[in-house]
This record gives sequence, structure tokens and C-alpha cells, in this order.
Amino acid sequence: MMWSFERFGDRTALVDEHGASLTYRQLKQEADALCAAAGGRCLTFNLCRNTLGSLLGYAGFVEGGVVPVLLNEEMDRELLKGLYETYHPAFLWAPEDLTWDGCEPVYQSLGYHLLKTPFGREAELYPELGLLLTTSGSTGSPKFVRQSYRNIRANTDSIVEYLKLDETERPITTLPMNYTYGVSILNTHLDVGATILVTEHGIAQREFWDFFRRENATSFGGVPYTYEMLDRMRFFRMDLPSLRTMTQAGGKLQKELHRKFVEWCLEKGKQFIVMYGQCEATARMAYLPWEKSLEKVGGIGIAIPGGQFRLIAADGSEITETGVTGELKYYGDNVTLGYAVCQADLRKGDERGGVLETGDMAQVDADGYYTIVGRKKRFLKLYGNRVNLDELEQLLKAAFPGVDVACGGVDDHLMFFSTDESRLAEMRAFLSEKTKQNAAAFRGMALPEIPKNDAGKTLYRELEKYYD
Amino acid sequence: MTNMEKYVKAFSEALEVPESDVAGLVYGKSEAWDSVGHMTLVAALEDAFDIMIDMDDIIDLSSFEKGKEILKKYDVEL
Repeated sequence: MMWSFERFGDRTALVDEHGASLTYRQLKQEADALCAAAGGRCLTFNLCRNTLGSLLGYAGFVEGGVVPVLLNEEMDRELLKGLYETYHPAFLWAPEDLTWDGCEPVYQSLGYHLLKTPFGREAELYPELGLLLTTSGSTGSPKFVRQSYRNIRANTDSIVEYLKLDETERPITTLPMNYTYGVSILNTHLDVGATILVTEHGIAQREFWDFFRRENATSFGGVPYTYEMLDRMRFFRMDLPSLRTMTQAGGKLQKELHRKFVEWCLEKGKQFIVMYGQCEATARMAYLPWEKSLEKVGGIGIAIPGGQFRLIAADGSEITETGVTGELKYYGDNVTLGYAVCQADLRKGDERGGVLETGDMAQVDADGYYTIVGRKKRFLKLYGNRVNLDELEQLLKAAFPGVDVACGGVDDHLMFFSTDESRLAEMRAFLSEKTKQNAAAFRGMALPEIPKNDAGKTLYRELEKYYD
Repeated sequence: MTNMEKYVKAFSEALEVPESDVAGLVYGKSEAWDSVGHMTLVAALEDAFDIMIDMDDIIDLSSFEKGKEILKKYDVEL
């Protein structure tokens, strides 16, 4: 068992914005009933929203040894169908108004129902496999990260320790619960008997702040875009006495904005904690202790308790000097088992042995504090969601045959280049639809041809001059 | 351009919907009007009417209709 909810008895585990709530004792009963309805260990698809039913599905399954794949409920149905046919889950855990061809409901609770598929217990699951998360948001890629119970336990212990979480915490949801950072907030707070405030409203909505104040929220997490929004909304004028901590992950926050939040927090007696991680490391690998937040602003801080970093040069040797860029390599029990791209991969054991090449380029200073300076791989983050540029290019090429395309850009501003100006608007809508990110994140530009080398490989460097 | 025309244009451009479709728009009910679209919309309204919208009003701006009431506070007659 991951959490043993009964430890916390009649403390409140979850409260939603409509006033519904569950104590830890009730959560335990609900979890037991749900896992019994699923007949024990098997593979499920959880279609997630920030509601009690959805959270019950996640927490209940992980607690009871059922292995959920966490997917966004808003995901494109065709893409979902692709995943369904690739993995053949035994059940779907979905909002009650969602039905699925060939499936029948066998259990209901808290607005969600358990849909039994025709596949039964076909998927063979590695005994330590606990949870599957997507690597690229909602694009429908079948590539999942395989997280073990030990991974979740190790990362939860580290985070609880460095954030000093206890049962008085009342985090409010600001991130989708299928997103690794959102999951991590649930994992850690359920582990200390805290009360999680569950809302589907966002920070730009009155309902969110009414709920925040009514329930005395103590913390929330955000991606860089969350903090840019708060800044533009003149957040600094708000009086939020219950707020203790804001955490930030999911990409690099601009240094000046980082400083602004740190200064505001120091002045108000609150903590602003920048963290660094990846789904492949369960969630977190580094954090910047709040006491050092001003001195080390712009950095990711130090490895979490139980973890360790090394910087590796291009020739494979270890970098020990300060201020020299190398690839960041992480060692710890939270390094996940590996990926799955098909059902048969769910049998696989640990392929990483506790070592992760992060793909991020970093430097270390004389005090052992790290700063990310770039990325080795071709991906961006759009509002905190990882987007694989090569994958998007393939999707575009498949949907727009005969048009040559290339994708580039910087975080929150993806640029795509195409040889057909007349289809730029259509392509932009397509990218927004496939990634489920606002169209404002995508800008198209027509080029007479996509620059390539003699071997036909796209020269992405040559596209950089067009970035704003 | 009248203020009403400016108002419609701000919605249409920020949320990328045709001007004929803006009247019924509600936050969260259309794909373009999510948190990202919301901030684009706030910026568009601020530019169009040369105002600074307070946080309380930013979070109250939940529909095309509600926005009209909010603008009154900033002495914008539609």
C-alpha cells in the first residue's frame, strides 16, 4: 500500500468547490470498493479532471495495486481510441457522462464510473509497476513513462522532507492531475494527512479565488506561465493571509520574474520555491531552498534529499569545474523504470538502474547550486507541457501531405515553417487541436523551402533567425 | 469605430472567433477562451480602451456580457 489512508482517520482528505468532501477513512472505504469492483490488479485508463471522482480513481487504484494510465479527459477522442487499441486496458475510469463503444459500466462513485472493456486482464504487468504517465501531454503519443511503487515512495519521501509538509497543509489544485507535477502534489499531501482543495477553475477565475479564501489554501504550484499570468493580473496587490508557499516547476521561469516573486514572498513571510524535475524522474530532482532563493535566483538549486547530480561533458567525462556547461545526469531511487510504447512493454522491469540522462544542459557554481542553460533534445514546453518538435512535424506531414514543414521556437512560442502559405492557418488550428494548447502558442511562417543539408536533414539552426 | 465595434473586435481577435460569434462567449466554454486566451483578451481590452483593468475585474470577466458591465466601471460607454 502506498499511503495507508486509515492512518489519518477522520481528517479531511479532499474538499471540492461545491462543498463535497471525503475524510481519509472514507477515501480508504471508497478506494477498497473501487479496487474490488475492478477485481484487483489490472490496467486502467483514468480520464482525469480535477474532481473528487477523478482523484479517487487515481489514489484508490495506486493504493490498491491497480495500474492506472492518467490521461486528460479533454483529450481528442480519436487519439484516445488509438491508445485504447494499443494498450487494451481492462477498464476506463471516466466521468459518468462519458460512454465508450463496447464497454459497460460496472461501478459508480462520486460522478465517475468504471467501464469494463472486452479485453479483461490481457495486459501482463511487471509486479513493481505502479503508474503510467504520458510524456507529451495530449498529442496521443503511445509513449508512457513507467513509474514503480518504489519510485513514487522515494520521490514522495524526498519532497515531504524538503518542503517540510505536514497535516496542516491545504494545497489548492492549479495543475491538471494527470500532469506529473499535479500528481506529485497529490502524492505528497496524501502522505502527510493534509487536505487537498479540488477545483476545476483556474487562477483567472473568480470561483478559484473565492474557493481559495473560503477554504484557507496554504499553497499552490505553477508552471512559468502561471506566474506570468499572476504578474499580469497584479497578483502582488492581493492579500492572501492563508498562503504559505508557492512552488514553481515545469520549465524555466524568467530570472526577473523569479526575483519578483521571491522578493514579494520574503516581504510577506511566505516561501517561493523553484523546483526542477521530469516525469522520467517520477517528478522532482532539484529544488532551490527558499532561504537561498534570492542569492541563487534563476537557478534550480540542489538535488533533492536522496538524489545526486553529475555534469557530463560531450566526451563522456565528468565536469568538476564550476561555470562549465555539461549534460545533467541524475542518480536516485525516483528514476523511473523506463518507457512503454506498447502493451508488451508493461512486462518490462527496470531499464535505467537509477540513472537518468536528463537531456538538460546545466552548470554548477562553487556552492554546488545548479542552473539550467539549455536543452540537448528537440522539445519545447508550452505552458509547462512538454511538446516534442519532431513528433509534431510528423503529425503535420501526415495531415498535410505534400507540404514540407519544420518546427522550432522557444518555450511558450512554437514556430512552424511551411512551404505552403495558404495552409498556415489550418496548420495552426491543427497544432492547437492536437496539443490541446491555446492557438496563441503557435506562429506559422511561410518559406520558399525548408533549409536542409546534403543528407536531407533539416537545418534547424538556420530557422532560429526567424524567432522573435 | 464605435466603442461597441472596438469591444467586439477585441474579443474576435484575442479569442480568434469570427465577429458574428462573439456575443455568446463564456470563459471555459470555448476552446480559445482558456487561461491563455483570457490574458490575451484582457490585454486586447486594455489596449482598445487605454485602461488598466484591476485584478478583481480580470477574474470577473467571465463572459462577453459580463465584460460590458465591467467596462462601465472604467467609464467606457458601449
